[in-house]
Amino acid sequence: MPDSTGAGPLAPTPAQTIGPFFGHALPHPGGGRIAPEGHPGTVTVHGRVRDGAGAPVPDALLEFWQAGPDGGPTGAPGSLRRDRATGDALGRGAVFTGFGRVPTDADGRYAVHTLLPSAPAGSPDAAPYLAVCVHARGLLHHLFTRIYFPEHTAAHAADPLLAGLPEERARTLLARPDGPRRYRFDVRLQQPADGSAEETVFLAFG
Amino acid sequence: MTAPASSAPPSPAPAPYRGAPERHPRRPRLPFAHGTDPEAVELTGPVFGASDVGDLDADLTRQHPGAPLGERITVTGRVRDRASRPVRGQLVEIWQANAAGRYAHRQDRNPAPADPNFTGVGRCLTDDHGRYAFTTIRPGAYPVPGERTWRPAHIHFSFFGTAFTQRLVTQMYFPGDPLLPYDEILASVPDPADRHRLVATYDHALSLPAGPLAYRWDVVLDGPSATRTEEAR
Ligand SMILES: [Fe+3]
Repeated sequence: MPDSTGAGPLAPTPAQTIGPFFGHALPHPGGGRIAPEGHPGTVTVHGRVRDGAGAPVPDALLEFWQAGPDGGPTGAPGSLRRDRATGDALGRGAVFTGFGRVPTDADGRYAVHTLLPSAPAGSPDAAPYLAVCVHARGLLHHLFTRIYFPEHTAAHAADPLLAGLPEERARTLLARPDGPRRYRFDVRLQQPADGSAEETVFLAFG
Repeated sequence: MTAPASSAPPSPAPAPYRGAPERHPRRPRLPFAHGTDPEAVELTGPVFGASDVGDLDADLTRQHPGAPLGERITVTGRVRDRASRPVRGQLVEIWQANAAGRYAHRQDRNPAPADPNFTGVGRCLTDDHGRYAFTTIRPGAYPVPGERTWRPAHIHFSFFGTAFTQRLVTQMYFPGDPLLPYDEILASVPDPADRHRLVATYDHALSLPAGPLAYRWDVVLDGPSATRTEEAR
């Protein structure tokens, strides 16, 4: 086996479904607040997760990872910070950690409060986005997708991912304006049989 | 195949778990073209530190005033990337049923008894060698709702690597469990050698006299690891 000889890459540990009973373990209070407390640039990104029949997915877990307003995706510890005495969540305080995690509710809805991402300092014309990882009961493996924002439309044409997609596919990765400082982003896990909705683009990083 | 007979599928083999078919994308996942975007956000990942884990988070037997029921165990192992490099300082989370096979989750309808002294949730950071360690109790098997089968004893694990692309959620099983060959979820991994990678090893030398029984389980994270931030770590 390659594991013992050191020749060639190690075989990866297989994924298994997250199952139905993660709700008391993985979500944490304040998990949807990525922006530092009281930050004036805070925006809300919200939406619904639906399956191929259009039914809401009430037992999904969404994870978010993003560059900060300075464009640097370096993050900071403290996403899961808790009070040492009481065990209560303290939230993020003044630190932008770049990481968020929220379960969907009974209607398949989620919301995060964050800061709009910025392009990396070395590539000011790049299209910034939120990286999203979708877990759900019944999925054998998590799914990666991205959320791009209407503020950056000019950069989308040159984005290596968006530029390679047909318009109707690229649209599944765009958040829609939904009021002041609010954006809507829905996840469709599966194209309905009648084609009435477009399946979200999911990415494979191999 | 070097996989032991215990992980060989029985006859008839269980139908592999398909999960919720209406949740599976119809389209193939879009391959990320490596090289076209070396600054992709997913090639970095969230950072965790000492402030994210509490002193008792890795000992699931000491999270309540009383002691939980069940057989005390330790589960330890190394987390590496595919190039065999240790994955350092990253978050490992576990969740599991109690000794009777019941989760501390309000929607678990298993009629097995709850244990007020066991929540079954733990977390820790990997050390400089990529090692993680938990003290817990051995979870019980539990019946699959609506089915005539039981799930083998297992612990759910969540790993973060040095890149978001290395994310892994999976389940660890116990060696010699007679239910392993009948489990649909384990059977969703088609290759017996791969299934074997999900089964821990009993470590007799690590099991101290009258101490917890020791299990070892090493993990390899898939996907490209971080490139840009490596020097910074
Ligand atoms: Fe389980």
